[in-house]
Amino acid sequence: MINLLLIVFIISLLYLSIANRLGTYIKILSFQGFILFGVTYLQLQEINPWNLGVIMLETIVFKAIAVPYFLSYLLKRNHITKEAEPYLPNFLSLVIVTFIIVITILLANSIKDTHLDKIFFVVALSTLFVGLYIIATRRKIITHVMGYLIIENGVFVLSLAVGNEMPMLVNLGIMLDIFASVLILGVFLNKIGDVFKDVSVDQLNKLKDY
Amino acid sequence: MTLFYLIAAYLTSGLIFVNRKRSLNYALVIFFAILQWSFTVYSCYHHKSTELWYFTADSLGLLLLITLSIISIPAFYHSYLYIKRHDETPQSRSIYFASMLTLITSITAAYLANHIAVVWIFAELTTLSASALIYHHRNKLALEGTWKYVFICAISITFVFIGILFLSLSLQHAGSDDLSFTNLMANSENLNPFWLRLAFLFIFTGFTAKLGLVPMYTAGIDAKDTAPAPAAALLSSVLMNMGFVAIFRFYAVISHTGLHSWANFIILIAAMLSIFVATVYMTKMMNIKRMFAYSSIEHMGLVMVGLAMGGVGYYAAILHIILHSFVKSSMFFQFTQLYRVFQSKSIYHVGNYFKYNPAGAIVLLVGFISATAMPPSGLFVSEFLIFRAMFEANYIVLLILVLLMLTIIIWAFGKNIFKILFTPPVGFNESKVPVISPWESLSQFILLGFAFWLGLNPPRIFTELINDAITILPL
Repeated sequence: MINLLLIVFIISLLYLSIANRLGTYIKILSFQGFILFGVTYLQLQEINPWNLGVIMLETIVFKAIAVPYFLSYLLKRNHITKEAEPYLPNFLSLVIVTFIIVITILLANSIKDTHLDKIFFVVALSTLFVGLYIIATRRKIITHVMGYLIIENGVFVLSLAVGNEMPMLVNLGIMLDIFASVLILGVFLNKIGDVFKDVSVDQLNKLKDY
Repeated sequence: MTLFYLIAAYLTSGLIFVNRKRSLNYALVIFFAILQWSFTVYSCYHHKSTELWYFTADSLGLLLLITLSIISIPAFYHSYLYIKRHDETPQSRSIYFASMLTLITSITAAYLANHIAVVWIFAELTTLSASALIYHHRNKLALEGTWKYVFICAISITFVFIGILFLSLSLQHAGSDDLSFTNLMANSENLNPFWLRLAFLFIFTGFTAKLGLVPMYTAGIDAKDTAPAPAAALLSSVLMNMGFVAIFRFYAVISHTGLHSWANFIILIAAMLSIFVATVYMTKMMNIKRMFAYSSIEHMGLVMVGLAMGGVGYYAAILHIILHSFVKSSMFFQFTQLYRVFQSKSIYHVGNYFKYNPAGAIVLLVGFISATAMPPSGLFVSEFLIFRAMFEANYIVLLILVLLMLTIIIWAFGKNIFKILFTPPVGFNESKVPVISPWESLSQFILLGFAFWLGLNPPRIFTELINDAITILPL
């Protein structure tokens, strides 16, 4: 069951690479949050139930509901155009993301370690790279934020892999989550959209070393 | 006491945040300064004792904590002057001081933390509080600087977390699950090298954002450019030291495993690239604050070279980072006065500073002599020791390369500083220049004096503490 959920998670990355609209990105993020909720429940059976409850509450509240909701609110309020505006065509994105996934699978197979569940490693690493890829190839600040959130989902998957032995690390992952949400809330509630009317990284070029 | 300190410090910062009354704000800041100093003195008397499970006042932490507490006093004083003279609103003042207090408290806790996850948590808190300081002016430039800083720091914090996860995998091979540095050190023989390698790469890369090395150094440059100068002084001295502490403690663990020479190699690459980047940008730099920031990058590169060389380099690295904190913070404090005279950050619009503020000009001159490590300064001693370590480790080619790059830096830095000090600016209206009291430069003279004193004639306890801090490293 865990494997199934994780494979769906990977497929959502493929879908992400060809998504055109920012609304789809947000839906995928929320969907990933729900998957992680399920994986957490199935994977962390051995830890203290209270701790498990807190972790699951956090995944459902932050990852699946609050942050995606807030992002869509930002889209509406700042009148951000709905296109994702990638630098590369979608087909190429799909090829690259597939390539990333294949590479991580090959990489994971070369590791001989009984302590690590390989599928977690594959999912975490490919999510990490896909997040970096999204950040590198999209133009808007808000897509950078989404790329960062995807990276964070990947890191959370990795922390679940060691969660039974060291529950503390999953809690740290949650702290990272809350930290990121505070940053996004903080910076965007301070009206980044009002200052940068058309929120694009091309405008972040005033600070330079001349 | 640690618990009391943390609670009281964060509570004070919270009170400043909610309370907008000026007199009460400053009273709370003074209370915090007293709290910070009493905690520092308390830690000195409880050297090497562990409190609250996760905080140990070991020698390195103690040295840097004292440095932090010394620098924090002029930082408060110059912040007070800065806030008073700029468009002060109750809101901006309280946010500024609240985040500065949070920053200092978090750095203190990160210095003393003996557990890698606790260091990580407080590093997160420094990112949050530093970003509030950078955003102080609330204009477009400040927003851009904040956004870049926040984003790069968020990515690097994530990298550190991934590193910690890999480290835990590595530790499972040793049959243990306690990520404190002492336990890691005790199990260093049994750590799995594959995961440890990955862990080191990620943790090192992540903390370079705080330390100011290639690859993540860019965040710090923009931050120091846009933050108010008293805050930038903290960012370019004590916050960088926090990155150093984190890397140093983890490096100490690695140095007891078979990966020691590999880790040295990685550190050396990052350090040499940092010095190179600093050289390239220093020659073209026209923005004074960015010039200071790049000079910090160069010094951090030298510190890490010293660490990678081993031998006397360990001692030199710690000495250098402490002296650098005093010098660089005093130069940033001086910048507020410079800016009041010329109202510009650009070297084009600045010049003949000796005429308008002789005391401040002497600070810049002495700071320049220290920052370029010319002979009478304290940094000359530490830099010379780093070169000696390179020589002893048989890195002659690298040594020549470093010396060449430092010569270029001295030329570039000197060209700009002498322009600031002596060459009259074109089309500058003298009638609006305010009279600047020489007493404002006093704190900077004291800080520079510390750098000279500790470098040339270090008290015995100081050298003993440094020597004790490096006993955890193999010779």
